[in-house]
Order: sequence, then structure tokens, then C-alpha cells
Amino acid sequence: MIGMELVDYIAGLSQLELAPEEKRAVTAELERIVAYMDVLNRLDTRGVEPESQVFPIKNVLREDEVIPSQNREELLAGSSAGDPEAFLAPKAVE
Amino acid sequence: MILSELSALELGAAIKRGEVSVKEAVQAALDAVAARGGALNAFITVTGERALDRADKLQAGVKDAQSPLCGVPMALKDNICTKGVKTTCASKILGEFAPPYDATAAERLERAGAVSLGKLNMDEFAMGSTSETSFYGPVKNPWDLERAPGGSSGGAAAAVAAGMGWYAAGSDTGGSIRQPAAHCGVTGVKPTYGTVSRYGLIAHASSLDQIGPLCRDAADCAAVLDALMGRDPRDGTSLDGRYGNLLSGLTGDIRGMKIGLPGECFGEGPDGEVKAAVLRAAGVLKDRGAEIVELSFPVLEYAVPAYYIIACAEASSNLSRFDGVKYGWRAAEYDGLADLYRKTRTQGFGAEVKRRILLGTFVLSSGYYDAYYKKALQVKAVIKDAFDQAFRQCDLLLTPVTPSTAPRLGESLPDPLKMYLGDVYTVPVNLAGLPALSMPCGFDGKGLPIGAQLIAPRFGEGRLLNAAHAFQLDTDYHRRRPKGGEPA
Repeated sequence: MIGMELVDYIAGLSQLELAPEEKRAVTAELERIVAYMDVLNRLDTRGVEPESQVFPIKNVLREDEVIPSQNREELLAGSSAGDPEAFLAPKAVE
Repeated sequence: MILSELSALELGAAIKRGEVSVKEAVQAALDAVAARGGALNAFITVTGERALDRADKLQAGVKDAQSPLCGVPMALKDNICTKGVKTTCASKILGEFAPPYDATAAERLERAGAVSLGKLNMDEFAMGSTSETSFYGPVKNPWDLERAPGGSSGGAAAAVAAGMGWYAAGSDTGGSIRQPAAHCGVTGVKPTYGTVSRYGLIAHASSLDQIGPLCRDAADCAAVLDALMGRDPRDGTSLDGRYGNLLSGLTGDIRGMKIGLPGECFGEGPDGEVKAAVLRAAGVLKDRGAEIVELSFPVLEYAVPAYYIIACAEASSNLSRFDGVKYGWRAAEYDGLADLYRKTRTQGFGAEVKRRILLGTFVLSSGYYDAYYKKALQVKAVIKDAFDQAFRQCDLLLTPVTPSTAPRLGESLPDPLKMYLGDVYTVPVNLAGLPALSMPCGFDGKGLPIGAQLIAPRFGEGRLLNAAHAFQLDTDYHRRRPKGGEPA
């Protein structure tokens, strides 16, 4: 069911590049893993609500307190671009 | 007094009485790291000088400290953020990342007087069951250097087993505390989802991740959990509860406690020696007055596929933040923004992480979402119901932690599906958000530790720890120490 075209598509969505050799291997592995996951179809789940949060808690609110924000220099120090003023990235819009 | 033979609580008490200084304890741990750390590869970063400085600062206050763990050296898994100390997640992509803030868990332990020795090796982004997917090389099992320590908190389990610190904080998404604890012969707890803040824990699968302790025994776990647990406004999933009395609640009295053995966990799955050791553990608990009941957990086989669908889906979303722009490693050469993202991620992530991102992206993609992701969320609800039914018949469940003892290095990675299936007894617990504990319950013919898992209902940590404490009052498996990595 999982072919190279589909793997190309999901690699694109994932922002990952796969070398041809890697793509062949990944396709075979995913095919095997996904085929195994089809075991779930043996379990009848008609009428069962999908559960994303195991202990549902809703509308978690807090007082809007003013607290010091993160230190600017410390935050910028994490970027490999090494600019003291801003996060640098290539131009996104021509 | 041989410090390495003490539990964390025994060491804490000796420090408080003035029989050992904090510095002596830190130095003993650093000596162990110097002697065995290289062979075991348990640490990614050792912060020895920081630890010695902190020992000096803590010493003056130890006599009046409230915490029973004040001055006790420990270490943190390298996915728990520590301000100014590298937090790599065992990945190239975060190789130089020094977080600008501390995780709540790290803060809480520091408040309890912890002295951190550094950051522990693990599977990359906590994805793996052997601690071999680390960019910084595999961790070795201190019971047999040819074997894996389990994963993903393999460095944590190996360090505690080998005396490189008296306890560790790890994280458990599908068994990542309990399974390495079992393979290394230490005691580990995955707490109820929402009881330990995830703020500052680098996310793998947010609906399943939980921080917890790896220790020498259940009493130490109780003390560490008393420090770790509590509501945190910075984590929207954190729960209100009555926290803080786990250590004082340990009596070892389990008379009348009903312990359920799910038949599905003792069928053809586990190796004979594992099964026999866990059943002997049931016998020990029975001798202390517990009642053993046999019951059925008919949906066990659906847990692994549902878990991997949900965990990979969440991981694919969580890991989209690693793009080389605001922090972390960036590819050297690229042509434009999209190419920067692709090159950074392609060169920055390892094979297992990429496999899971691709799998997660697939199950969430248009046309497959209902068949896989939605189905898995339905199965999750069914598994939670199955636990509710089981706990109508008993107070705790007892199962193996893993089907086999520690695998040889290199044996697991070539067959990812087989590795995933090894998580069969641990992943159902995360899907249902429940607390569970792994404790050493014997050794196989090769001298490798075997773990037994206890599972409790939501907020059942007290019951869980008391049963394990009772077991450890009558056995000495948790006291045995491995020699691997010691200088010849």
C-alpha cells in the first residue's frame, strides 16, 4: 500500500530529504509497520468516541499577571546564526 | 560507611547527621563517573564543578533542611531543560542547545536539595527502546557491557545502577523509565499523567510523556516523587491533587490488597525465566497478605499499534519546531528558507527519529487520518475502559515489564517493528494515563536483572509504592550492584 510516491509526498510534508537508497529502505519499513497496524481493524470501535486527552480538562485559565519575559540576549544566543539583534533566516518572500 | 551502598534516603540522613559532607558525596559520585562513565557512556554532559560549588552552598543548610534528599547527588535525563547547561536530547540538532530556562521538574528537585552531576544519555528524542539511537553513542548495560541498558532513559538507569549518582529523573512516553529500570535492576516510576509538570521537558508525545524517578528502591522513588509532583500553572495538563505524602505513607502493610494477574501478560509473550520471576514476585506479595486474583485484559494486542500511531503523530508535530532558525544546529549550506529547513532536519535527525516523523506524518495525512489516527484514539478509549474494568476486580495489576531481559547491543535496531513489540506491557499504561512502577524481581540464567511491573488506577502512586516497598522488605534484588565498567 505504501509506495515510493507516497513516501516522497510525506517526506515533503515532513521537510526531510531521503536519498534513493534510504527511500527504498524506508518504504519497505513503513509498509511493514503500517501492515502490522492494520491489526486494529479487528477491534470493533463503532460508536466509540476518539479520546485525545486521557483526563479531560477544559478551559485552563489563569490570572493575567505581568511577569518578566525571557532575557533577549539569552534567547538570541541559541540561534546558530549568531546575530545579537535578531533571528536571521533566508528571505522567504521574493 | 561505603557511600555507594547507601540508598538516596540513607545518604540524605547521613548528610543531615553530619556523618558525610555534601562534598564527600558529590566527590564519591564524580569518582564513580570518572571510573565507569567512559565505559558505560551514561552521561552526555558532566557538570562536576557546578556540583562541587553547589555542595559548598548547600552544606550550611543541611541540618535544618526539610527535604530528606538534601545534598544527595543525582542526574537528569538530557531531555529535561537546565538553564545554561546543554540539553541535547541526544540529538545532533540540539548539540549546542543551552536552554534559557529550567524545567519545572529540575527546579522542584533543586528546591529539594538535589545536586545535579549532569545530563544523562538516552535515545535520540526519547525514541527507542535500547538507548542506541543516541547521536553520542550507545549506553552500555552495567550488568553486561555487551548489552543495551534499555531505553529511552538508558543513561539514567545505568547511572543509578552503577552508583554514578543516587537517583535520576527520566521520562516515560511508552515505557522509557520502566523498561530501562527493569534491564538495569533499579526501581522506576511513571506517575499518573498530569501529576508532574512537563514544562521544560522537550516534547516527544505530549499526551503520553511524563517525568518520573529512577532509584535504588521504592522508598527513594517515594521521596523523589514527593519533590516532583504538584500542579504547575505553566503546564495546562497538570492536575490538582493531594501531593506530598508518599514517603510518609509507606508502611509495607499490604494485607487484603488485591493484586490482579492479567492472563494475556503471562501467555506465550514473556520468556520462561521472566514469567517465572514475576510469578514468584506475586508469591512474595501473597506471603505478605495480598490476595492474588487472575483476570483478563483482552485488548492487550491492540496497545502497541495504537501507541505507535499516536506517539508518532504527536512527535511529527512536536518535532516540526526543529528547523535551524531560532535555536539548535543549522546546516552549513542551503539555498533559501525551505532548503534550510530540509537540510537542517535531514542532517540533524537520526534514522529512528526520521522514521517516526514520516510514520506520524503519514497517519495524520489526508486520506489516512481516519483509518489510523482516529482509529488509534478510539482504541485508546477502549484500552482505558479495559483498565477501568480490571480495577473493579483488583487494586493493582502485576505484569512483566518486558518479554525478555536486556538485548545484545546492535540486536534490536535492524528490526524496528520487533523493537516496538517489546513495549507490549508498558505502552497500555501511557495510553490510559495511569501510574506504574518497575522493580527488580530476579535474575535470569545469564545474570541479567528481570523487572516486575505494578500498575495502579489514576493517583494510585501510594498503593503502588507501598506494594513495591513491601516486596523489597522481603527481597534483596534491589540491593545487588553490577560491576560492569569498573576498572579491572
